[in-house]
Amino acid sequence: MNLTLYVWRQKNADDKGRLEKYEAKDINHHMSFLEMLDVVNEDLIEQGIDPIAFDHDCREGICGTCSLIINGRAHGPELATTVCQLHMRHFKDGDRIYIEPWRARAFPVLKDLVVDRSALDRIMQAGGFVSVNTGGAPDANALPIPKKNADTAFDAAACIGCGACVASCPNASAMLFVSAKVSQFAYLPQGQVERKARVDRMVKQMDMEGFGNCTNHYECEAACPKEIKVKFIAKMNREYMRAVVAK
Amino acid sequence: MKLVNPANKRKFSAIVVGSGLAGASAAASLAELGYNVSCFCYQDSPRRAHSIAAQGGINASKNYQNDGDSTWRLFYDTIKGGDFRSREANVYRLAQVANNIIDQCVAQGVPFARDYGGLLDNRSFGGAQVSRTFYARGQTGQQLLLGAYSALSRQVGRGQVKMYPRTEMLELVVVDNRARGIVVRNMVTGQISSHAADVVILATGGYGNVFYLATYAKGSNATAAFRCYRKGALLANPCFTQIHPTCIPVSGDYQSKLTLMSESLRNDGRIWVPKNVGDKRHPGEIPEEERDYYLERKYPSFGNLAPRDISSRSAKEVVDEGRGVGETGVGVYLDFADAIQRLGKSVIEERYGNLFQMYERITGEDPYTVPMRIFPASHYTMGGLWVDYNLESTIPGLFVAGEANFSDHGANRLGASALMQGLADGYFVIPYTIGDYFVRVGVSDIKADHEEFKKTEREVEDRMKKLLSINGKRSPATFHRALGKIMWEKCGMGRNEGGLKEALRDIPALREEFWQDLKVTGDNEELNQQLEMAGRVADFLDIGEVMCHDALDRAESCGAHFREEYQTEEGEALRNDKDYCHVSAWEYTGDGRPPALHKEPLVFENVELATRSYK
Ligand SMILES: Cc1cc2nc3c(=O)[nH]c(=O)nc-3n(C[C@H](O)[C@H](O)[C@H](O)COP(=O)(O)OP(=O)(O)OC[C@H]3O[C@@H](n4cnc5c(N)ncnc54)[C@H](O)[C@@H]3O)c2cc1C
Ligand code: FES
Repeated sequence: MNLTLYVWRQKNADDKGRLEKYEAKDINHHMSFLEMLDVVNEDLIEQGIDPIAFDHDCREGICGTCSLIINGRAHGPELATTVCQLHMRHFKDGDRIYIEPWRARAFPVLKDLVVDRSALDRIMQAGGFVSVNTGGAPDANALPIPKKNADTAFDAAACIGCGACVASCPNASAMLFVSAKVSQFAYLPQGQVERKARVDRMVKQMDMEGFGNCTNHYECEAACPKEIKVKFIAKMNREYMRAVVAK
Repeated sequence: MKLVNPANKRKFSAIVVGSGLAGASAAASLAELGYNVSCFCYQDSPRRAHSIAAQGGINASKNYQNDGDSTWRLFYDTIKGGDFRSREANVYRLAQVANNIIDQCVAQGVPFARDYGGLLDNRSFGGAQVSRTFYARGQTGQQLLLGAYSALSRQVGRGQVKMYPRTEMLELVVVDNRARGIVVRNMVTGQISSHAADVVILATGGYGNVFYLATYAKGSNATAAFRCYRKGALLANPCFTQIHPTCIPVSGDYQSKLTLMSESLRNDGRIWVPKNVGDKRHPGEIPEEERDYYLERKYPSFGNLAPRDISSRSAKEVVDEGRGVGETGVGVYLDFADAIQRLGKSVIEERYGNLFQMYERITGEDPYTVPMRIFPASHYTMGGLWVDYNLESTIPGLFVAGEANFSDHGANRLGASALMQGLADGYFVIPYTIGDYFVRVGVSDIKADHEEFKKTEREVEDRMKKLLSINGKRSPATFHRALGKIMWEKCGMGRNEGGLKEALRDIPALREEFWQDLKVTGDNEELNQQLEMAGRVADFLDIGEVMCHDALDRAESCGAHFREEYQTEEGEALRNDKDYCHVSAWEYTGDGRPPALHKEPLVFENVELATRSYK
């Protein structure tokens, strides 16, 4: 099939950026979306045009590196699918496809479709951990955890940190991302000691990074490739209230 | 092992290259001890290292199942799985610390699978008769890495680790026979800079992307390790590479990577191809008597659960005979029809639902009704930089951890043991051996403004300029693909003298073309993914050649290294313990010259060398 792409091109953080039109020819429906971009890039290189820069690594939906807005939707049209796992059979001949980077104040564009997501790391550095040094941990089975809690903690821990929640939220809020980590630890006995300080510090950092607030649009849940649920945001709000009241 | 006084620890600094399981755990643990750590990775966040993709699980000998597991058994299984080509002492230590890893991870909040009593659950993996694998659904690597990442983040927050994401190590700096630091490129601005420290720890993962198509992350590379090799570190057993039997086959020339389908599928799926060459009928139309369930036929007692190396080779054989399936003819069926009939669709769905979904997403075919197609793919490299028991390379002050070293898996790695090794190295080996090194040699007085650093920076800049100025016609990816084809055909699942000698002619020819006809767009002073790729492909070309030298020299078959000349009458690997019971460690001798071989004899004091048999 043949497609027309409108791709965001921006030389660097200071450049204004614009959409450029490219033709993607002879695209096989078995290709992944990123393989389609590879083919387009090889073509651009041949023409002496700087290929399109985009982030990717594992190409199997787990590292959270790939990050494209396709026709206005983070990770494209398929539910529960990162863009590296999106295949061209979901498109048809003649389609016009708009490809843009994650857009959020806290995610400045570095080049073309590549953005800086280090704000998410800084939130983790503020409190996304259990303070336990290597060595001296008790036997792993010393503390049984009800299966239901362990499973819920896992559902939250499945977050791949891609930032689609931020990119799809009209307020560019990082609440789904932060709440996933806060909830994971809230459901586990480990790290209970720091429970209040953790949520307090992570929320503070989140606000400092310039992420917006949650006003219940639920776009984040719809865009999340790992189907992290907004119920975790409610959980985080409760955790946060407890922490603030305690202060 | 000597100890550093707590008050003196802050005087020492360490560079950790890599933030996968090995790197993140080492960086965090060293920082907890009070050392000043700098950690580097090429991704935009340390949490995205390739370890994130591991699915199946991590081994330990907790014996929670009361099925007779022990440190000794884990040690023995790992040595035997490696076909008696690894060092006893290292593997024993690995088995000894395995249980501490599970304790540590649970304490960090890693949500391992649990049973209804709230205790940890285990599953079984190939090559073991006990249930010793801990897992977190199909995302064990992700959860373990996020655990290590959280420990690392904590230290970054405390200021004890300085993290450098999107930063690629391009050179090691050695002064007076001691590793002093590294030269890196900032992948956003292109700036080349130097970092000095008292020790350099390399945890940069494996080089399996030398085959181009692999289950590795696209950015996984050999550059850091290979640059150290060029500076004098020995490269051990580079030809020991693992080809995993159950991956989704290639669908076309545009293919950029291969996706693993967990080995657990072989518990219920039956592997087959048509009996007749060129039988292109739809699988449903091929009657039972015209199918060849070749693993069940050749290995009646292990059947579809034969070990990885054997299953992979058998698949290659039937495809070479022209009996492969699918549009390309390069694949075999993994059929669940019998299992669905026997157990019902819901049981299969419960066991493998997420894998079936992933398969359908990629291929567009429904494995409940049409048999899956699978084929082997490059998955892991047992070979790597040579290290001693303390994980120190032949360059003093350069330590190597995780998949980047060669130490624990011999000629074949068992499932669920790479995660174990990465974390063992980072949490429980490096923190002790680094302290000992610091006491032995003291603080390094060479700083980043030393002439050797400046000289190395210039060399790196020149190399970038050279790659950018060739101005030929072919993109880096086309060269990578061409190299992958040579490696896959001549140094892949089956190797022979003729093929390897051809490869040793073809690779230098390809390299020559690379340096004459390469085209890299853009320039150095920007985010330039083509330039990154070009540098990596250049190093893959070189490491591929060393792999072929090694494979040619090792005139025996062992584990994943199958030399076609050395097989039994039934086509099984024929080991030669008399002449090859050693580690082959290769030394760089200059461009265009063959590497020099050093042999480290493998002495087995506690286990008896036996023939692996899975009949
Ligand atoms: C699909 C898949 C499934 C697997 N499943 C399992 C399993 O179930 N059980 C198991 O035990 N093993 C499994 N493995 C193997 C295991 O995941 C790896 O061997 C292991 O995670 C490697 O860890 P590492 O820390 O050594 O390296 P990696 O995780 O590869 O990390 C390498 C690090 O080095 C950095 N780096 C690399 N080069 C440079 C450079 N030049 N400059 C700066 N930084 C650099 C990277 O950024 C990264 O942070 C699997 C592997 C794959 C591919
Ligand atoms: S590239 Fe890793 S999730 Fe898409």
